[in-house]
Amino acid sequence: MAPPVEKQADPSGGALALASTGISGGVLPGWAPYGVVAGSALFAAAALLAAGSFSVGVMLLGAVLVACAVLYSWSRAVEGSRRAKDRVVTLAIAAAFGLAMIPLISLLYEVAKRGIPGLSVEFFTESARGVINGGGAAHAIMGTLVITGVAVLISVPIGIMAAIYLTEYGSGKLRRALTFFVDVMTGIPSIVAGLFAYALFEIFFGPGIRLGVMGSVALSVLMIPIVIRSAEEVLKIVPNHLREAAYALGTPKWKTIVKIVLPTAFAGLVTGVMLATARIIGETAPLLVTTGVIDSINSDPFDGRMQNLAVYAYNEYRSPGVMKQASYDRAWAAALTLIAIVMILNVVARLIYRRYKTETR
Amino acid sequence: MLGAAGTKRTAAEAGQVETTGGAVTGTSSGVAELPIGRGAKTIEARNVSLYYGDFQAVEDVTMKIEPNKVTALIGSSGCGKTTFLRALNRMHELTPGATVEGEIRLDGEDVYGAGVDPVQVRRLVGMVFQSPNPFPTMSIYENVAAGLNLNAGRMKKTEKDGVVERSLRGANLWEEVKDRLDKPGSGLSGGQQQRLCIARAIAVEPEVLLMDEPCSALDPVATLAIEDLIRELKDRYTIAIVTHNMQQAARASDLTAFFNLEKTGRPGRLVEIGPTETIFTKPEQQATEDYVSGRFG
Repeated sequence: MAPPVEKQADPSGGALALASTGISGGVLPGWAPYGVVAGSALFAAAALLAAGSFSVGVMLLGAVLVACAVLYSWSRAVEGSRRAKDRVVTLAIAAAFGLAMIPLISLLYEVAKRGIPGLSVEFFTESARGVINGGGAAHAIMGTLVITGVAVLISVPIGIMAAIYLTEYGSGKLRRALTFFVDVMTGIPSIVAGLFAYALFEIFFGPGIRLGVMGSVALSVLMIPIVIRSAEEVLKIVPNHLREAAYALGTPKWKTIVKIVLPTAFAGLVTGVMLATARIIGETAPLLVTTGVIDSINSDPFDGRMQNLAVYAYNEYRSPGVMKQASYDRAWAAALTLIAIVMILNVVARLIYRRYKTETR
Repeated sequence: MLGAAGTKRTAAEAGQVETTGGAVTGTSSGVAELPIGRGAKTIEARNVSLYYGDFQAVEDVTMKIEPNKVTALIGSSGCGKTTFLRALNRMHELTPGATVEGEIRLDGEDVYGAGVDPVQVRRLVGMVFQSPNPFPTMSIYENVAAGLNLNAGRMKKTEKDGVVERSLRGANLWEEVKDRLDKPGSGLSGGQQQRLCIARAIAVEPEVLLMDEPCSALDPVATLAIEDLIRELKDRYTIAIVTHNMQQAARASDLTAFFNLEKTGRPGRLVEIGPTETIFTKPEQQATEDYVSGRFG
C-alpha cells in the first residue's frame, strides 16, 4: 500500500516546492545563454587585451569556457543541477557545431572571394588554345562534364547491379568477400586508381597513351564502391513485405526486383548516384596521369587528351606564366566553378529525393 | 460479371496446361465435379514437418483444406500456424535455411514435386498478409492490376479495367475508391488497404486464398467488412485463414484446425481439425477445450 500513498503525496509536494521558489524563480530568463556567451566573450577579450596578447582563437575558446562555468553555476543555483548540466551540454554542442562550420564557411568565402574576379564570359566560352596568357576554361568544363559523365555511365549499372546481387541474391562466403573488397576499394587512394587505368590502357595502346575515357575508367574505380555502398543501404530498407506481396502474386524474383524493389528505392538510388558523382567530379591525381593536359576543346573521350577543371586549376597555379595574377584568378575561378557544379548536383539530388521518395513502413 | 470471370478462369487453365503438362487432366475433371466452384481446389497436407535451419517449427501435420469452405487455423503464438500456411504456397522456402518435409498436394498434385515451379504455385495459391502491404509506388488501380502487369502478357486496357473493377467489387472496395483509382494506395485507411490487398490477390484469379491474420491490424468495423468478404469469397475460392481471434474463427469459418505446442522450443503440432461448431462446443481433445474456452493461451 505504501507506493500509491507516496504517489498521491508527490504532486502536492511538487506544487509546494514550486510555490516556495516562485514560478519565475525556478527558470533562467530566455536571454540567459546568449547573455552569458556575449558577456563571456567581452570578458575574455578584455582579459586578453589587458594581458597584451590578443588573438581571436584564444578569445573564442576562453569565451566558451567562461560561459560554460558561469552558466553552470548560475543555472545550478536557480534551476538545480539537472537543468544546469543540460544547459552546459547544449552550449558545448552549439560551440562544437560552430567550430565545425568555421572551415566550411571560410573555405566557401575564400573561394568565392578569389574566384569571382577570374569569372568572365570568356572563361566559360573560350578555350586556352593558341593563347599565351589568358583564354578561358571552356575546354576544362567540357572535359570535366564528359569524363564524369562517362564515369557515371560505367559505374551506375555495375554499382547498382552489384548492390542488387549483395542484397537480393548473395549469401555466404562470396557475399562476405565481396562486401569486404568493396570496403577496401572505398579506401583506395585516388592516384592508385589513375595508375591502374593507365596500366590497363597501356597494355592495349602502348606507353604514353592519354584518353578521356581512361580518366573515366579511373574515376569509375573510385565511384563504383561508393555507388554499391549507398545502393545497398537503400535496397536493404525496402521492406521485405513488399517483396513477399509480389511473390504471393506469382511474380518471379527478377521481376519483383525490377518492378517493385527498384522503383520503391528509386529516390534513394538517384541520391546515392548524385552524391557519388559529386565525390569524384573534383578528382585531380588520377586524371593527371590518364587524361593529360591540353589547351583546346575535345569532346571525344576516345580521341586524345582531355582537360578538366581540377587539372586546369592545378596547372594554372603551378605554371602561371608571365601574368601570374591572371593565372591565379583563373585557377580560383575553376575551383569556384567546380564547387558550383557539386552544389548543383547536391541540390538536384535533394529535389529528386523529395519528389520521388516513397513512404514505406 | 460472372460470365466474364468464367472465361478468365478457362484462360488461366489453358495457361496451366502449358506449364504443368499431363498432371492437369485430373485437376480439371476435379473442378468439373465441384458443384459451385469454378476453380476452388483441395489442399492436402500429409506428414508435413517444417524447419528453419535446425529448428523444427511444425511437426507431422496431416490435414485437408476443403474447397469452397473457410478453414481457420487457430492456436497460441509460435505454434507454427503461419509457418504452415506459408508452406502451402511455397513462401516458406523464401526464408533462408527453411526446409519442408512431407507432401502438400493441390488437387492431387504435389506442389513440392520435381519440376514444379514455385512461381506457378503462387499464381494458383494467393496470399493476404498480416499487415496491409499495398505497393507504395503504385496507384490503387495499378495495385489491383499489379498481378496482371507483372505476370500476364499484354492485356487490352478495357479488359484490364474490367478485371480491376471486378476485383475491387469482389473486395467490397469499389464504391469507396472508384473516383480515385489513380491516387496512391497508401492513402487509404488500414481496412481499405487490406481490402485493396485482397482485391490485388483475387485479381489474378487464384484457386486458393491464404490469409495470415488479415484483421489483426484492423478495427472491429473493418474486421467485420473483411469477414463478410471472406464469406462471399468462399463461393469461388478455397480459403485458409490464420487467426488469433476466436470469435473470428467461430463467425467466419466452416472448419477449424487447432495447433498447439507442448512447450516453447518444441515444434507445433496439429491437435485436431473438425467443423468449427464441433471444435468450439465439444472438441475431442482436452487441450482444444482449454484453448477455445480461454483457460490458457
